Amino acid sequence: MIRLDKVTKLYRGGHEALREVSLDINPGELIFLTGHSGAGKSTILKLLALIERPTRGQLLVDGRNVGRMPAREIPAYRRQVGMVFQDHKLLDDRPAFDNVALPLIIAGLGRREIEKRVRAALDQVGLLDKERQVPLALSAGEQQRVGIARAVVARPRLLIADEPTGNLDAALSLEIMQVFRRFNEVGVTMVIATHDLALASRISGRHVALDHGRILDDGSGRS
Amino acid sequence: MAGLFTHQLRDALATLGRLSRQPVATFLTVGVIGIALALPAGLQLLVEGGRGLAGSWNDLRDFSVYLKPGTGIDKARELSASIGGHEEILDVRLIEADSALAEFGADPAFGEALRALKENPLPHTLVVRPRPEATPEQLDNLQAELGARPEVDLVQLDTQWLMRLAAILEVLRRGIWIAAVLLVAAVIFIVGNTIRLDIQNRRQEIEVSKLLGATDAFVRRPFLYIGFWYGLLGGLLALLLLGIALLLLQGPLGRLAALYGADFAGFGVGLRTLLGVLGAGVASGCAGAWLAVSRHLSAIEPRV
Repeated sequence: MIRLDKVTKLYRGGHEALREVSLDINPGELIFLTGHSGAGKSTILKLLALIERPTRGQLLVDGRNVGRMPAREIPAYRRQVGMVFQDHKLLDDRPAFDNVALPLIIAGLGRREIEKRVRAALDQVGLLDKERQVPLALSAGEQQRVGIARAVVARPRLLIADEPTGNLDAALSLEIMQVFRRFNEVGVTMVIATHDLALASRISGRHVALDHGRILDDGSGRS
Repeated sequence: MAGLFTHQLRDALATLGRLSRQPVATFLTVGVIGIALALPAGLQLLVEGGRGLAGSWNDLRDFSVYLKPGTGIDKARELSASIGGHEEILDVRLIEADSALAEFGADPAFGEALRALKENPLPHTLVVRPRPEATPEQLDNLQAELGARPEVDLVQLDTQWLMRLAAILEVLRRGIWIAAVLLVAAVIFIVGNTIRLDIQNRRQEIEVSKLLGATDAFVRRPFLYIGFWYGLLGGLLALLLLGIALLLLQGPLGRLAALYGADFAGFGVGLRTLLGVLGAGVASGCAGAWLAVSRHLSAIEPRV
């Protein structure tokens, strides 16, 4: 269980990205954070990944306020969070296999276990035949699928995705969303930020609408 | 524990592989480190060799104490025994006047002239051998002390050139230490700067790794291994350069030593030098890497 309890985030310069936001994320949920640019979607994801810390309020994971977690504990926390980015953040000089293997290498797994899990992840996103290709040799959709494989390969308890279809056309965007949906169906909790309301509406899940740092509708039917 | 060792080994080999994929850049860095380490090590070997040669010229440090004419043989023996107990003297040999005369008389060049003399003109002489560790200053003091004795006519000691040699070697030795410290510092800066550039080039990889949960130690490790490899390879190159230089100098140095009648077993890269050069290389390589990662890695945080 992840809970944002009256979280406010002020950036340097005084910009208020979030204002007393409260949100519960239940295990196995697929949540779409929707809203215009500057609504606070990415800030919530950064808080969930502990790239940023709340200025006020609490970020609770299983009852622990991770918003005050010591810096030395952050790497272990992040290993439980898979991340997918709009620009993929793949290493251009490494083949798809090595990119997907990176979280497992960081986690200290053995070579055989890494090979098994990476191939399984690449198979799940339909790229097993392209494991030796470097990202630049792959299409934008394929690169994003490598990014998804990398995010799920370490079996995270939470997967966050920031505008994962931002650079893709409509057909590819839907395909990527369906990939997310498949992983969610096997129990991965997901929070996906997107400004594409039409796309999000085609996928079943909880839709949380944000505007100017506030939640307009948390999709639970209570707001 | 075995897993940790496996990861360390994998990182060590992976960084070595990465260096081998950039042969020119690696060679240039290793070359600079090798030369920087070889220079002080080579000079140190030469100075140690010089000190060894100077130390082997023990007989040249012997000096003669001529007793006043008329000093009796008993007094000469008594003086010999007395001087022999001095803490800075290793050995004293008494050359009696009659023995000296007989020795000179056997020489055809002097024999006839000496036979023409009515009396033995030669005094009893003490040949004094100082301890090897006695410094030129101590020898000078000894000379003055012996010369002040009433039975002594003259103390003949030629230590000036030894003092100059020792002074030159001391200046060289200190100069080499200063040069060594500066060159090791240069190696640290070279490795540090090379790794700083490497960190900048791999900024994206570092950011992504941290996003995926890599600890600082995980991110730091490959760079420390790069510093280790630079230092080790630089040390090995320095030893190679030293070996070649000493091989080229072996002949001339041997001939120079022979001219002074000194023992010359040849300079060589002994175990101490080998470990010293490799140790200095690895230590300075790791230190440079540590400085670079401490300074620059913490500044890289994930941005999304």
